[in-house]
Amino acid sequence: MLTLVIDTSTPAVTAGVYEVSGPGAVERLADGAVVDARGHGEHLAPLIDGALAEARVAPRDLAAVVAGLGPGPFTGLRVGLVTAASMSHALGVPAYGVCSLDAVGFAAAGGGGPVLVATDARRKEIYWGLYDSDGERLAGPEVARPAELPEAARAATRVVGDGALLYPEVFPDAKDEWRYPPPQVLAFLASGRIAAKAPGEVLTPLYLRRPDVHVAGRQQRMT
Amino acid sequence: MSLVLGIESSCDETGVGIVRDGRLLGDCLSSSMEQHIRFGGVVPEVAARAHLEAMVPTVREAVDRAGVSLSDVDAVAVTSGPGLATALQVGLAAAKGYAVALGVPLLGVHHLAGHVAADTLEHGALPERSVALVVSGGHTSLLLLGDLARDPIVHLGDTADDAAGEAFDKVARLLDLGYPGGPAIQRAAEAGDPEAIRFPRPTTGRFGFSFSGLKTAVARWVQRHDGPLPVADLAASFQEAVVDVLTAKAVDACTSHGVDTLVIAGGVAANSRLREVAEERCAAAGVTLRVPSPRLCTDNGAMIAAVGSMLTDAGAPWSRLDMSTDPSAPLTGALLSVTR
Repeated sequence: MLTLVIDTSTPAVTAGVYEVSGPGAVERLADGAVVDARGHGEHLAPLIDGALAEARVAPRDLAAVVAGLGPGPFTGLRVGLVTAASMSHALGVPAYGVCSLDAVGFAAAGGGGPVLVATDARRKEIYWGLYDSDGERLAGPEVARPAELPEAARAATRVVGDGALLYPEVFPDAKDEWRYPPPQVLAFLASGRIAAKAPGEVLTPLYLRRPDVHVAGRQQRMT
Repeated sequence: MSLVLGIESSCDETGVGIVRDGRLLGDCLSSSMEQHIRFGGVVPEVAARAHLEAMVPTVREAVDRAGVSLSDVDAVAVTSGPGLATALQVGLAAAKGYAVALGVPLLGVHHLAGHVAADTLEHGALPERSVALVVSGGHTSLLLLGDLARDPIVHLGDTADDAAGEAFDKVARLLDLGYPGGPAIQRAAEAGDPEAIRFPRPTTGRFGFSFSGLKTAVARWVQRHDGPLPVADLAASFQEAVVDVLTAKAVDACTSHGVDTLVIAGGVAANSRLREVAEERCAAAGVTLRVPSPRLCTDNGAMIAAVGSMLTDAGAPWSRLDMSTDPSAPLTGALLSVTR
């Protein structure tokens, strides 16, 4: 089943096309990413168009759309989710959401103890999740200052994700690997639902923060 | 013969319209207004979150009401500016998604051209030349129009500071009438005397506007006043000052440019006193007045589909898939396809 994958939860604007032939059976046809933290709106549609063309897949041949639900900076994250939702609607195919950190955690798992995944939440904070050696999430997703992570998260034996690289003083051992959610892993994590033709889902973003607003008072009287 | 899907998300309204050959087949509007009231104004992040939630359901409903199928759509038009950056992003990304999935052209359009085009849905094509007064919460412009889809738009005058709708919001807050200010002032003014207080009619140049000083004049009057405020008279007198200056300049623009048609559009065009005075003054000057019905004056998707329909008929070039939003786009033409 031809599946389009979209993730815009990190500076890597990502799209890919995969053949999902069963739970856990995912073949890459084409994918691409552009790293541009302020360019999700500009890069995503051309990346989708390009991946479909490279895979020689017409949009109407798609059977499912998978989107990374974040957490991620709001504006970019919404670009991916509304694109996935509108394409799913236009094509009449189900959309499935996957926590974007899960894709990084699954990809980086193995090799012993738990893995901490950290992506950039801006404002001196990170989005984080903790994963066991099978890639199962143990804690998170949450948002926090790197130096204020809970004890459990700090017990991780490895730290991955582009958020970790931003804070070398807190994560001196962070490796430049698995910086962004790999789209093929997003497809893999949704492959059970895709193969089972599970009902489509509303793609609800993992914002993890409330909007910054304050209630305005009465306008000041001028003197 | 083209069927255009129009998407609007520049402020707090998620609007979707379906237009075929200049005729509105169906539309749907989802507003996040209720969520902004307690903040006294539109909060961009709150609006953007609401757009994401509302987008697909609003498109689905508009398509149902139009009695068409999405696969019949020939082009997707979308507001690419001006407006709130985070809000515009949602509509533009959705429009790109629909355009890619359906394999049809994408057209980025200017929000204010949409306001003007809304009138064509009810009153047919615009004449060869017309003057448009676009008045909303974010804009106050007097425009000289030719063919909206083909010709550049000439600005005769703009506001030097606050937009007319912004002045309504600020004065409404000053008088504790709540938000949004336009409908609140209009309601309060019904029981008031528009001649009770003579507020200034500030202007900048023959066709320019300025509403910041008027707002300050109301504030000063309120501050100097002892005892309970005559809220109805204040609202009516303020509204009269705005309406007076808007209509006088719009009619002057028509007569001095030899144009016989005035279009008033944008959210403030829903104001009943503005419609009434404009009607009187246009009649006296021999100018034909065109104003969309109130539901098409405020932000909506039908107006964007209407521009898209005109642009499609005019053979306008498709917008590229990497086009950007342009939150502060000046109005120079109906097509707004910016790539960075």
